[in-house]
Order: sequence, then structure tokens, then C-alpha cells
Amino acid sequence: MSVAVRATGVHVTLGGAPIVHHVDLSVDEGEVVALLGANGSGKSTLVRALVGVVPVDRGSVELLGTPLGRSVAWDRIGYVPQRVSAATGVPATAAEVVASGTLHARRLRPPRDTGRRVTQALEQVGLGALAHRPVGQLSGGQQQRVLIARALVRRPDLLVLDEPVAGVDVPSQRAFADALTTLAAGGTTVLVVLHELGALAPLVRRAVVLRHGSVVHDGAPPSPAAGHAGPEHDHVHPHDTADDDAAALTPRVGWEL
Amino acid sequence: MGAVNVWSELTGMLGDPLMQRALVAALLVGLAAPVIGTYLVQRRLSLLGDGIGHVALTGVALGWLVGSFAGLAPDALAIPGAVVAAVAGAVVIELVRERGRTSGDVALALLFYGGIAGGVLLISQAGGTSANLMGYLFGSISTVTWADLWLTVALTAVVLVVGVGLRTALFAVSQDEEFARAAGLPVRALNLAIAVVAALTVTVAMRVVGLLLVSALMIVPVAAAQQVTASFRRTMTVAMTVGAVVCVGGLAITYWNDVSPGATIVVLAIAVYAAFALARPAMRRLRGAVEREDPHPAVDDDVQLALGGGR
Repeated sequence: MSVAVRATGVHVTLGGAPIVHHVDLSVDEGEVVALLGANGSGKSTLVRALVGVVPVDRGSVELLGTPLGRSVAWDRIGYVPQRVSAATGVPATAAEVVASGTLHARRLRPPRDTGRRVTQALEQVGLGALAHRPVGQLSGGQQQRVLIARALVRRPDLLVLDEPVAGVDVPSQRAFADALTTLAAGGTTVLVVLHELGALAPLVRRAVVLRHGSVVHDGAPPSPAAGHAGPEHDHVHPHDTADDDAAALTPRVGWEL
Repeated sequence: MGAVNVWSELTGMLGDPLMQRALVAALLVGLAAPVIGTYLVQRRLSLLGDGIGHVALTGVALGWLVGSFAGLAPDALAIPGAVVAAVAGAVVIELVRERGRTSGDVALALLFYGGIAGGVLLISQAGGTSANLMGYLFGSISTVTWADLWLTVALTAVVLVVGVGLRTALFAVSQDEEFARAAGLPVRALNLAIAVVAALTVTVAMRVVGLLLVSALMIVPVAAAQQVTASFRRTMTVAMTVGAVVCVGGLAITYWNDVSPGATIVVLAIAVYAAFALARPAMRRLRGAVEREDPHPAVDDDVQLALGGGR
């Protein structure tokens, strides 16, 4: 079996601060891996480095067997950034946002069958009926699902998601878990950053836990720390990188190993 | 005025070669400016066109200076100078924005004041006066020559090919740069394409509305269109239509009334904006009467309600 993601000795420095260091991570094709850790543990920064959004300081990253760069098979990789809102200055429909996901390093114009693929991707996340609504009018959870559809529209073999269910309403979480289960069953490799396993618990066989920017656990999903357990404890932490940096100064440990 | 009179007045206007060239230039600019304006509004850089316009003024004066040294007609190099300065200015703004060192707001302010001051300073060095700059600041469409027109056609073609042909890619990079980067898209090249095309648009529109009002022609039609549209594509199409109609309409008005074409065009565009703003609630009501839509997204309650029938 070949390796979908291979990171060796990865260091990431942002604004002079070492956010991620000495990270070795390899994800086999077809695996579903959760990347866990407290706020500010560097898990978001790590996945952003893996997909080339922030530069890797030292170490190497291979995606689907190719070193990070233009020659990576980007059309086989779907990335869902952490986002609070998908709306921008000019109105855009859900279908238009999803259609932008058909583009990649070697394709600057959408393919002919874009319309059909966009409809399929939106149906996968349960938003088929809202294709022509402006994204600004959708709820936060629905906007997040639009961003997931944007990653699915190119039918990726590797799906990288950054906190896809943070601050998302319950039906959207359920729709998301269903879509991910179907994809994983079909052989899609999934690397997902999570604050807690939640609705995805049945799907995740392997968890990698980050603390202070390095891996402290790699194996079976650990049980949550006291006070973070139970279905009644609902985390809602939409935060951006600025918050992550601030939280890095006062690290909290959310996972018991 | 009888129907025959209106007809003869119209054919009189359309038969005037000077007016013919001016109308074609106005139509092309009206179509091209809102294309790039749509991307600028989407990235919340509405004032970028203004910043580039001010830098272009320095380019005009620089062209004037070089022309006087080379012994050419004083304004022979004004437009090439404006093109060079506008493109250079736009690229610098984009690179500064990418670094994120200076806030975009401060970078634009520097351009505004530096551009105007540089223009006035250089034009006096070239033996001209600030009055020579007035034609560029407020437009001089009545003096469009055949050479100007061909330049306008060529620049408009570039703007339309890039702005419309690469719409999905430019949308992707304007909408979510992080996602575009993670898709392996050439983000910097696309950002620079938007900046350079914005600069070309500014120099094309300079002739019609003048550098001080260029940005209005890029932004106001988009602002008007997005009040009545739901999609990006439709916003761009409606904005292009609005741009073309107000440019040609505004210019036609100046054929009969002695008013500034640039100012007339911009005032017309703002009138369209106001009309769309007034029409919006009416259109909403019209649509609502058909669909009776609940404005709240269809989401289950997050809490258990003790008494049934919460909704």
C-alpha cells in the first residue's frame, strides 16, 4: 500500500516562533486519521504546511508520492480550510464557490462537465436544493458544507480537513459524518483536524495528538480528558490563526494519554 | 421636439466622426471597467483603482518630461507614461499587500498623495503647468484620435480576455486565497494579473472619465449590480451592462448639453445605483409573494423544548 502523506522532520516557523517542530507523520492510502490537540498545539499550522499554504522551514513533505510543489497531483487532493464565513464582497452562489474547486495547478478554466459535478458535490453534503442561493444567506454550518463540497467536486483521493465541524449545527455535523463515511468506505484517504472526535468517533481508527507543536501520541484514539468528556460537553471554538498564536503562550492539555 | 427632429439630431450625433470615435471609446470603457471592478469589490479593494489612478498621473507627467527632453510633442508620451507608471504602481501595491507588512489602507494613502504630488512636481519640471494635467484628471473624450481609439480597443481586448476568460480562477483566488494556494493554483501570478489588468483599465478609462473618476466607473456599476443579483457571474454581467449604458448615455447627453462627460457619466452611474437601491425592496416583495420564503435557514433546534411546538 502506498503512502498518501509523508512528513519527515517538519519544522514550521511563523513570525519567528517555532509553531511545529520535529514532526514525522505518515498516512497510508485509505486511512482515516484524526489530528488532535488543544488550541494552539500547532495542528492547524501542521496541515496548512502539509498542503503548501504556509512554508515548511525544515524537513520534507510528500503528497501522493510527490514532494510538495507544482508537480503534486493537486487534482487528487481536496482541502477544506478552517473558516467562519464563506461570504465575500460580491454575492456568489454556493454552486459558484463549489465550481472554483474544479481548478488546480494544471487547470485554470473549469472543465466541461462542471455543472453536473457541482450538483453531485452539493448533494453529497446535503445541499442540493440550495445550489443557487448566495452563500452569504446560508447558516454557518451550511457554509462549512459548501466548503467541503468545494473540496469534493474534484473527487479527491486525499481529503485534508481543518476543524470541519467547529461551530457547526447538529444537522450539518450529521450530514458531514455521513458524507465522510461514504467517502472513506470508497477508499478516500482522510486527514482531519479535530478538537474532539464527536460524530466522527466511529470512523477514526488512528489519532495523532499534537502538544506544544510536536507529536505526543500516534495510535488508537485516546479518551478525552476529564471535563471534556460526554455528549453534553459541546465545544464550539471558531478561531483563527491569531487566536492559535495567542493560545500557544498558555497551552492547555485537553487529551489524556 | 418632434419625432423627425429627434431622428435628425440622433443621426447628426452618429454622423459626427469625432462623436463616433468618442462613443466607441465610451462603450468599450463602460464594458471593461466593471469587469475588473467586480474582482476589486470582491477582495474589498474598492479604492485600489483610485490609488493606481493617482500614480498614473505621475506617469503622465513623467511621459511629458521625457517627451520634452526627446523633442517630441509634449503629450506624445503621456499615455505610454501613464501605462508604465500604473502597471508598476499596481505591481508594487500587490507585492506590499502579499507581504502584509504595511496595511493596505496606509499603502493606498501613500499612493494617493505621492502620485498627485509627483505629477504636479514633474509637470512643472517639464515646462508645463498643472492646467496641462486637467485633461487627464477629468477626461478629454472629445479629443479621441484614431490612434487613441486603436489603443483603447487593444487594451479593452486584454482586459476582457483576462477578466472574463479566467473568471473562475480569478474568482477562486479573490474568494479564498488559502484554498487557491492549497489547490496548487499560481496565486501570485493570478493576483498580479488582477493588478496589471486593473492598471490597464485605469489608463483606458482615463481618457473617458479622467483619473479622478476612473475608480467610480470600476466600482459604482458593481455596487449597483450586486444589490439586485445573487451570483458572481450575474453581478459581473449586470455591472458591464450598467457601465456601457451610463458611458454611452452620459456621452450622448454632452452632445446636446455643454457639461463634463466624465462627471455626467459618474452621476448617471450613481443614479442607477440609487434606482436599484430603491427597486430592491420591491423586487424582494415580488419574489416573496411567489415563494413565501422563511429567511431563517432550515436547521433543527439545538435545545430540547419542554413544551412541543417551538416552531
